[in-house]
Amino acid sequence: MPPATAVSPSSVDTAVAPLPVDRLERVDGWGMAVSAPGYVYRPSTIDGVRDVLELAQRRGLPVTQRGSGRSYGDAALCPEALILELNRMRRILAWDPESGVLDAEAGVSIAEIWRYALGDGWWPAVVPGTMHPTLGGCLAMNVHGKNCWRRGTVGDHCLELDLLLPTGEIRTLSRQRDAELFHGVIGSFGQLGVITRARWQLKKVSSGLLEVRAVPARDLGEMLRIADDAKETSEYVVGWLDAFAGGKRLGRGQLHLARHLEEGEDPAPTQTLKLEAQDLPDTFFGVIPRSVMWRLMKPWNHRPGMRLVNSVKFHLSNTLGKDAVYPQSLAAFSFLLDYVPGWKKTYLPGGLIQHQSFVPAPAAEGVFRRQLELCRQRGMPSFLAVLKRHRPDPFLLSHAVDGFSLALDFPVTGGNRRQLWRLVRDLAEPVIEAGGRFYPAKDAALPPELFRAGFTDGQLERFAELKDRCDPDRVLTSALAERLLG
Amino acid sequence: MKREFHHALVIGASSGIGEALARRLAAADCRVVMVARRRDELERIAAEINDLCGEERAFPLVHDVRDRDEVPRLFEQVPRTLGGLDLVVYASGVLHKVGFEEYDTAKDAHTFEVNLLGAVAWLNAAAARFQRLGGGTIVGIGSIAGDRGRSGSPAYNTSKGALAIYLETLRNRIARRGTKVVTIKPGYVETPMTAGAKMFWEVSADRAAQIILAKARRGVVCAYVPARWRLVSWVIRSIPSFLFRRLKV
Repeated sequence: MPPATAVSPSSVDTAVAPLPVDRLERVDGWGMAVSAPGYVYRPSTIDGVRDVLELAQRRGLPVTQRGSGRSYGDAALCPEALILELNRMRRILAWDPESGVLDAEAGVSIAEIWRYALGDGWWPAVVPGTMHPTLGGCLAMNVHGKNCWRRGTVGDHCLELDLLLPTGEIRTLSRQRDAELFHGVIGSFGQLGVITRARWQLKKVSSGLLEVRAVPARDLGEMLRIADDAKETSEYVVGWLDAFAGGKRLGRGQLHLARHLEEGEDPAPTQTLKLEAQDLPDTFFGVIPRSVMWRLMKPWNHRPGMRLVNSVKFHLSNTLGKDAVYPQSLAAFSFLLDYVPGWKKTYLPGGLIQHQSFVPAPAAEGVFRRQLELCRQRGMPSFLAVLKRHRPDPFLLSHAVDGFSLALDFPVTGGNRRQLWRLVRDLAEPVIEAGGRFYPAKDAALPPELFRAGFTDGQLERFAELKDRCDPDRVLTSALAERLLG
Repeated sequence: MKREFHHALVIGASSGIGEALARRLAAADCRVVMVARRRDELERIAAEINDLCGEERAFPLVHDVRDRDEVPRLFEQVPRTLGGLDLVVYASGVLHKVGFEEYDTAKDAHTFEVNLLGAVAWLNAAAARFQRLGGGTIVGIGSIAGDRGRSGSPAYNTSKGALAIYLETLRNRIARRGTKVVTIKPGYVETPMTAGAKMFWEVSADRAAQIILAKARRGVVCAYVPARWRLVSWVIRSIPSFLFRRLKV
């Protein structure tokens, strides 16, 4: 029998003041399905970050990094840890409108970056579906966008970064300077050090508009074929699937293929590159304020309601919107998740989780078919399913493969949590059998053995060596890291 | 909706109601930090609980509730040890024998230190945490003796009466954050503290713990244990003062 562990006053230095209780906050994953109390520190300088790291080491406490808190699951929280929230370190340090290279502190958000650079004709080469994550957070999770086949991940466009180690030392890393650590840090979900600054290459655009084509797909096979064919001709490829449809219609949905307007195609580029032209509309249908939209959506957020919504959306896309071609602003197309502020609240009180699988192209149809069928069989179809095309990248803990990803949103309720976590495990097994991987930024429920099984070339061993080198005292951690890496 | 407890702190867990609560909580899959002054007793009980459960669910913490300065740092360790905290029970208490013509300030001060000031130190820390985070349940073990100024044990009655007011104050502060503050007023319970006392309607500590946990899960405001003591309390509180002072109770 294990011996009882004494929490003895002798093991606690009662002369040291306790951590201030006004730092204590309940820290949520963005999906609101997981949370943990933590002592939140929001430094605005590197010295402030060092102070937090020192405090943690003096007290023997872990530190968890957090940017804007946009990871769906438990990546930016850890029970009773010091939470190092970095979004007050948000200065843009340098900007070169000739080369499109931005030098910024890690807490600057994607929104601040594109709004800063667009007037000079530059746009981030890769953006996630929301503009609110920080640059540091995007690098730590190595996020991707709708153009991952063409442009890779956020890390692919990072030229250089400063990494503050728990020892207080700062290392400047790039592909030329300690390339091993550079490729290890990006996508390491904040386990090797604190990214305090990064130089990021943006891409030149000659218009603030994209040409978007909406294409319906009758089933999963057609969806994958269109996405694969479009990857060479369209900058952006993203598919929405009606995950409620089964049988021959399984995987039906709609793809959006988009390309930047070339020089000369936009009759008024100076106008479309203005911020006013990018602002998302204040209202829906000209009357419903965006801020209340989630309240109107909430009554539909249950299985029959979402079945209807998905079905209506498909039929509209297959009739009125079939093969529609239209211009759309960069922000409107890129940041679909920001269209309805607070939309995640439609999932209250239980919140939501997302599971995103990355599967090599030849096996994708079979794996995704199994996943969609399994969800239906278990009575837990995904309320929102999104497909993208990916390419591999050089980062150590990369989630990307030469293939497709399928992201599935699930509501969490008081009664379905256990079944849902079991479903995630069962969804993950065929992914591993097919040589696929998973995306920690989205994860809340993956069992560690399945996450680890995605790395078969010694990546985890090399990562452990980097961890020993950078953070031997294991100061940096998170609930996600504890769960997946142990 | 009934609350489930997964991580609990029981202060005064080496005997009586506190021990019984720790045993019941651990048996219901709850991890428990057990606080008490007597190391040997505490560690023996924790080891017994862990043996019975087949895993480490009871974590002894040796502490004298009169050492109030230790409390903030010790309390900070508790959620870290347990992996969370959703229930805090203050069950420490002393009842000194006091003669009818005895006025012993040292005994009275000791009573206040254990029954009241220790509770304030631990439950202040708990309230501050739950106020920040929302949720949580605080249980204070008072006594029916706190309902009226009986002549027998002035300091004991006062300490339990003050504890009830303090718990009410906490409740009024933090109820809006979803925190439940439960005042428990036991009648006669078979514990080392009441050994040798003339009792009636007594219940075992285990039975009292069972009732207390049921009340805590429901988040009731105040519960007499067992419930029939509510009637007794009502009768006692209804007796006019000029009559009450003539009674030898």
